[in-house]
Amino acid sequence: MYGWLWSHLPGPTVMRVIIAMLLFVAVVAVLFLWVFPWVEPRLPFTDVTVDESAAALALRPLA
Amino acid sequence: MNAARRTVGVVGELLITAGVVVLLFVAYQLVWTNIQADRAANVQTNNLERNWGDRTPDDPEFDLPLKRGEAFALLRIPRLGDNYRVPIVEGVSLDDLAQGVGHYPETALPGQIGNFSVAGHRATNGEPFAYLDQVNVGDDVFVETGTTWYTYEVTKEYIVEPTQVGVILPVPNEPGAVPRRRLMTMTTCNPRWDSYQRLIFHAKLVDELPKGEGRPVGLGGDG
Repeated sequence: MYGWLWSHLPGPTVMRVIIAMLLFVAVVAVLFLWVFPWVEPRLPFTDVTVDESAAALALRPLA
Repeated sequence: MNAARRTVGVVGELLITAGVVVLLFVAYQLVWTNIQADRAANVQTNNLERNWGDRTPDDPEFDLPLKRGEAFALLRIPRLGDNYRVPIVEGVSLDDLAQGVGHYPETALPGQIGNFSVAGHRATNGEPFAYLDQVNVGDDVFVETGTTWYTYEVTKEYIVEPTQVGVILPVPNEPGAVPRRRLMTMTTCNPRWDSYQRLIFHAKLVDELPKGEGRPVGLGGDG
């Protein structure tokens, strides 16, 4: 998978390393800005309030 | 054989990728959410103090009705540090709690008869209540509003199920009872890195001091 990606990056090795790092940073940015904020409220770690629906939340499968 | 080897290789790479994503999520929770929440709490505190700075003694204590997601008071707990100061934001949604501690909107306001109740994160998102378990019965907790310093004294600490909403009733755990005392309640998750219980602190109002008359003794003033 990564081997395939590497062989399809253009340019000499230095160029490929730079592009690969940019791709990695872009993926991390997407995770931090959109994916993780979406996942977080679906996990039970951040519940701190008392709430009648809390039991239902705790029983809900992890998304 | 070659196809099988390639499949195993791809599966292995996917598994390593999944591991890296999980580690990144841990970094997001433990570092990133705290950075974001601390920044948001600072903005809330600065806005509030600017608002208070423009206030004359004749102005109201709060700008009612309170706006969801906006701070209306500051919480100080000397047991958690001399510089411990957290904005109290109206509302207990995850967005509200990522900017300070959140006030349960249906409960009393600081200083009022009833049960002024707040929730705060014990881990991640600024974690204002990370070390709340170190607070003892008898400790003072201070709430600063636009006009007044309120001093509450912790009276009780205990652990309940997340569904036990009685702890934030006007008279805690007594549905329908008519409140006569001025109480405060703090809720957070327990144990710290999980959340299948809630850690509860009750406190009672022991002093109120107009801000024009200095700071409470417990905060270094001569109040």
